[in-house]
Amino acid sequence: MATTRILEWLGRFYIFLLLAFLYLPIIIMALMSFNASPFYQLPFEWTTDWYASLWQNDQLIAATWNSIEIAVITTFISTVLGSMASLALYRYEFRGKKLLQALLFPPIAIPWLITGTAMLIFFFGIGIGRGLVAILLGHVALALPYVIVVVSARLQTFAPELEEAARSLGANQWQVTHRVTLPWIMPGVIAGGLFAFAVSFDQFVVSYFLSTPGQTTLPVEIYAAIRKGFTPEINAVSTIIIVVSMALMLLTARFFKFGGEK
Amino acid sequence: MADQLATGSRRGLKPALPLLLPAYLWLTVAIFLPLSAMVFFSFMTDLPLAEKEWAFTLGNYTAFFSQGLYLTLLLASLRLGLEVTLWCVVIGYPAAYVLAKVLKGRSREAIFLLIILPFWSNGLVRIFSWAMVLREGGILDTTLNAVLPFKINIDLMYSYPAVIIGLVHSYVPYMVLTCYLTLQAIDDSLIEAGRSLGASRFQVLKRVIIPLSMPGLIAGAALIFVPVVGSFMEPRILGGRTGTFYGTIIEDQFVAVFNWPLGAALSFILLAVVLIILALAAPVLRRAG
Repeated sequence: MATTRILEWLGRFYIFLLLAFLYLPIIIMALMSFNASPFYQLPFEWTTDWYASLWQNDQLIAATWNSIEIAVITTFISTVLGSMASLALYRYEFRGKKLLQALLFPPIAIPWLITGTAMLIFFFGIGIGRGLVAILLGHVALALPYVIVVVSARLQTFAPELEEAARSLGANQWQVTHRVTLPWIMPGVIAGGLFAFAVSFDQFVVSYFLSTPGQTTLPVEIYAAIRKGFTPEINAVSTIIIVVSMALMLLTARFFKFGGEK
Repeated sequence: MADQLATGSRRGLKPALPLLLPAYLWLTVAIFLPLSAMVFFSFMTDLPLAEKEWAFTLGNYTAFFSQGLYLTLLLASLRLGLEVTLWCVVIGYPAAYVLAKVLKGRSREAIFLLIILPFWSNGLVRIFSWAMVLREGGILDTTLNAVLPFKINIDLMYSYPAVIIGLVHSYVPYMVLTCYLTLQAIDDSLIEAGRSLGASRFQVLKRVIIPLSMPGLIAGAALIFVPVVGSFMEPRILGGRTGTFYGTIIEDQFVAVFNWPLGAALSFILLAVVLIILALAAPVLRRAG
């Protein structure tokens, strides 16, 4: 019994170490964004200058707006199209359904380096070229499978008898969807939407290959800045990004328990 | 499992089409056609743009096999993928076990979320944060020198270990997630039965727990190995000059050298390798799913 106790406490301590490994670098980066020394020298001296100078950096601000704009549009399009597809996959039985479900796998499983370069070649070939439109096309495609998976998971908890009941009471197809099905799957749709926003807002690789100097997103701009040299300004903007994306995922978790208790 | 529950209450593709088409058309235009185009372009001498002369060629592929460099880099990337995956197993599996079998209730839920959270945050920024820690005169260097009585020089930045550390940090939550899901499904009574029949803790682990959680391990390994083999941003930032891998060479073809057909061929070879790995893992994944 005593050994079990000791092992359990060791286990808890181990989890603590893992969490430290996962969070320490992020916390250090955030702290350094408030440190006065531009060369990250200690002792620590508090300042918010780096955040203030972000406002002077037009390039970063423009890229930030692009990122937000693309993430919002991506969220809207992929949530609508993804929810529609999930409904169809749930409601109807047809040949090739398994194939359609399997086709959601490649965008998630194939490394973004391959998808990104392939998009670059194709979009160039058909005349779309690089830029914000190309980035948007890519982001929606990357977000769609996530939305479909999340909404479909929510649909699994839906009782189809409810739709039947509504129909037998005289509701038409639109009313059934609008009044019965949609309200039920709403938490899934919202979670899918938040996922889509995160996929787009955090996306770097695909955006990187599809961007041009004037038309980039925030992560691409940060990558360019890192390769030129480190500055606390990048820490500041990185800290903002990480806080935003973690807050988004916490929000998602509220709407949709992924993996936790069933 | 999903298919039995999915109540295809009504038959026929026709009524489903209007709902399906927009999403799948989008995927076709932005994923499937580009992948096909990439295969096509990889057999060309030049891009058929701006009245440039082009012809079909196998040259891009013979370049891969005749110049040892590309093959060496692919092997280096495969090795990197293997090492990162192994570290993720070593670090992630025990954590998943504690999460599934030791922690209970709300604390389990909270810690699970805490482990998964960084995984869903910006990968580029997390890699960058390691640069803060690992550089000479960085936090690790300063802290160790403040604590230790003797002077040591820690400059892990721009080295192979730095790349490993950054990638393991990025991907270990994946392993915790997949292993946790399979470990959680193991009935505690199986473990108790093994113990009461006289098996040691180690024997139970070896004979019961690890075999039963194998699908989670394999799923995690595949989901980590594949993107790591194609990584280029992490080696660039943390590896510096030592960070030349297969992924960075592909990046170069598209953003620096502008040899797109060769880049397409290299990408396609990587895709083939990835598909083979996924196909090998697929039977196990299906059983787990």
